[in-house]
Amino acid sequence: MSFPWANQYQPKSPFMQWVDSRLPVPRLVYNAVGAGYPVPRNINYLYNFGVLAGVALMIQIITGIVLAMHYSAHITTAFDSVEHIMRNVNSGWLIRYIHMNGASFFFIVVYIHIFRGLYFGSYKAPREMVWMLGVLILLLMMATAFMGYVLPWGQMSFWGAQVITSLFSAIPLVGDAIRTWLVGGFAPDNATITRFFSLHYVLPFVILGVVILKIWALHIPGSTNPTGVDVQGPQDTLPFHPYFTAKDGFSLTIYLILFSAFVFFMPNSLGHPDNYIPANALSTPAQIVPEWYLLPFYAILRAFTLDFLWIPAKLWGVIAMFASIILLFFLPWLDTSRVKSATYRPLYKKFFWVLFFNMFLLGYVGAMPAEEPYVRIGQIATAYYFAHFLIIMPLLSFIEKPLPLPNSIAESVFAKSGKKPVTVAAAPAAAQPAPAE
Amino acid sequence: MATTPDAMTDDADGVRRRDFIYVATGAFAAVGAAAVAWPFINQMNPSADVRALATVEIDLSSILPGQAIKTIWQSKPVFVRNLTAAEQAEADKVAAGDLRDPQTLADRTKEGNRNWLVTLGVCTHLGCVPLGASEGENKGDYGGYFCPCHGSHYDTAGRIRRGPAPKNLEVPTYAFKSPTLIEIG
Amino acid sequence: MVRFIGFGAGLVFVLALIIGALMPREATVEDPIKKIHLYPRHAQLSHDGPLGLGVFGTFDRAQLQRGYQVYKEVCSACHGLQRIAFRNLGDLGFTDAEVKALARAAEVPSINPQTGEPATRPALPSDHLPPPFPNETVARLANNNALPPDLSLIVKARPDGQNYIYSLLTGYDKPVPAGHDVPVGLHFNPYFHSVNIAMAKPLNDGQISYADGTEATVDQMAKDVTTFLRWASEPELEIRRQTGVATMIFLFILSILSFLTYRKVWANLK
Repeated sequence: MSFPWANQYQPKSPFMQWVDSRLPVPRLVYNAVGAGYPVPRNINYLYNFGVLAGVALMIQIITGIVLAMHYSAHITTAFDSVEHIMRNVNSGWLIRYIHMNGASFFFIVVYIHIFRGLYFGSYKAPREMVWMLGVLILLLMMATAFMGYVLPWGQMSFWGAQVITSLFSAIPLVGDAIRTWLVGGFAPDNATITRFFSLHYVLPFVILGVVILKIWALHIPGSTNPTGVDVQGPQDTLPFHPYFTAKDGFSLTIYLILFSAFVFFMPNSLGHPDNYIPANALSTPAQIVPEWYLLPFYAILRAFTLDFLWIPAKLWGVIAMFASIILLFFLPWLDTSRVKSATYRPLYKKFFWVLFFNMFLLGYVGAMPAEEPYVRIGQIATAYYFAHFLIIMPLLSFIEKPLPLPNSIAESVFAKSGKKPVTVAAAPAAAQPAPAE
Repeated sequence: MATTPDAMTDDADGVRRRDFIYVATGAFAAVGAAAVAWPFINQMNPSADVRALATVEIDLSSILPGQAIKTIWQSKPVFVRNLTAAEQAEADKVAAGDLRDPQTLADRTKEGNRNWLVTLGVCTHLGCVPLGASEGENKGDYGGYFCPCHGSHYDTAGRIRRGPAPKNLEVPTYAFKSPTLIEIG
Repeated sequence: MVRFIGFGAGLVFVLALIIGALMPREATVEDPIKKIHLYPRHAQLSHDGPLGLGVFGTFDRAQLQRGYQVYKEVCSACHGLQRIAFRNLGDLGFTDAEVKALARAAEVPSINPQTGEPATRPALPSDHLPPPFPNETVARLANNNALPPDLSLIVKARPDGQNYIYSLLTGYDKPVPAGHDVPVGLHFNPYFHSVNIAMAKPLNDGQISYADGTEATVDQMAKDVTTFLRWASEPELEIRRQTGVATMIFLFILSILSFLTYRKVWANLK
């Protein structure tokens, strides 16, 4: 797959030859994230967040497996077992703080990755499947993160589970039955924590599977690039290894520095103090808020105050919250502009930044109590969210006059520096043409 | 396919400097990976609360001669037995050299406290708990302990005399803190 | 097709929200407590290091021991510290023998081996600090129906916990604002979330005598016990900071090296 000038895997040692001819995993890796994957040479640092998300997922899986060795999924012991990890298990505090903050950083990385995709039109043909698998990963992440937050069985765990599972009771007729089925009782209880633990353990591996599918789907058309112009020839690409592995390695160290700052010096700053109080079904915290990465969607949930078109406000909120993510699946067909990159779409670029800040506004409103002026701000911000994707983006495709695109990636790179293209990847490929598959 | 940077410059000096950076980065990253690996390995070692139970104190004052108690140390059964004079004599009668695991009673008890036999209640054959510490249990043919799993007989000094077990019952590290108090571990 | 459905759905959502936003709101009565309630003031504790950044800084062992004394002589009458075992007190700078003696002085529930009746025995270092009340009902009966929370995690379980504890303990002498009625049996403290707290003023000047001769002012005792409770909530604090600093230095060097590697790899392209 990929481009005809891609490097072909040629095992150097007889041992690797022996392995490769029997189980071509080295070849698979070489073509997926090695020198066999040609990548547009002009991709910027925003394109590193895909790899970072993969690293964040692996950090969560490894620390999670370790935590599960010490955690006890039972309402009477869950909180104590978490404190046991924090106080008694060797380096337990480190591993738990990595896992706790790792979830937040996973979301930071994924949100930047999504906004990069929105800005550079990465969801457009022929990469719709890559985008849709990404949205699926986001949904799975949210479910996994929510269930993970319930496991310590602190006050926020319990009341978060109470509120989120109550959403399903808004569904007409079957809502209450679904909710009872979800929690395995009439309120979150032992049956809830055991099933959440089971799912929280298995879902990351499902995510990993979808990630592999996503990489597979990505390698058919290859990565996008900031110009949005398609790759035309060897002069437009560089092999993933060593060029982008080196770049990713550098960005990974920066990521780890920021991550370590939180893990070691402010490990609880992204969490809520109430979750260090054991769950108490008789006392509700002053304000129930989800983890920060779910706040924008929590704001959307709470934005509806009006029984509109015979549908009660609560159900509107639930529908809107799910719709706000589901609509992302349809994004490739909502935006019909042929130009991918916002760099060449002057109008879209403005609306993109409005959406970007709108998400922060939604997050802020989500953290605030349900009182004025936050409710009205939340309503306007939610209205913009839906208008952006469902009304503005389809219309823009008709109205907007895009700027002229560069002729090729190589031209856009070398027009700036004024130098002649050094086509390193092309030279060997031209000298010894790749054998036909 | 040779598109690695090594193939791209022929400046010998440049190659050496470049190699240094690559090696230094790789070595540094490897050291970091090893440092990160340690907590993830060490977390499976006993935790602080388990380590705090590595020693236990046992009060001997209520154990009369001829009696024994079972207790737990490091999640393993421990037998503490107050030997009668007859039992001590019985144990001393045997020449240590004739035994499968040659040890005298003196080797297995503390000077001045020859009557206190402290052993693990773990059969050295396959780890069953031998009988004989409680009143009325089968003490085996040598009046000590008897392992019902595969028929190992231990004598009054906890030494293996007959049956498949290869070794005497293990004597844990312990010390007398007072004439009636020992600390195991 | 997707676009038409989406457009329609989008209009409905936007309409519902805009109408919702335009609807008049019922006038809200502002909670008078909000005006009286104060946010915690900064405690300036030495273990937070230069500028209070919490990057360097270790606990002052003498202060931890003083804090433990305040806890033991004052707080422990009503508040448990159940996640702390006596063996943990070694972290405060006590020797093994001192820890054993501290443990032996406390009684923990046990069973009489002769009768099988519930009994108590002297604690071992592996035992946890015994709670002041056997259960919640007893605790509430003894405290005018209020439940004194366990303090093991109190610093992590309150927003800005360290400053909050310090402010709460030193915030009892503030005058009650005009128009605010303190319910019978409660005490005015503007740092408490409802400003009426069930706990009576716990610390008074000279209430305890410190072994090291430090003057036992309310401020000093509050700082000491807050430091002690910070340790109880985060016993890993010192090792966490030390590991953190080492990790940061390491990563900083690695980032420079990996940046140089990146530049070298790309050097022949530019």
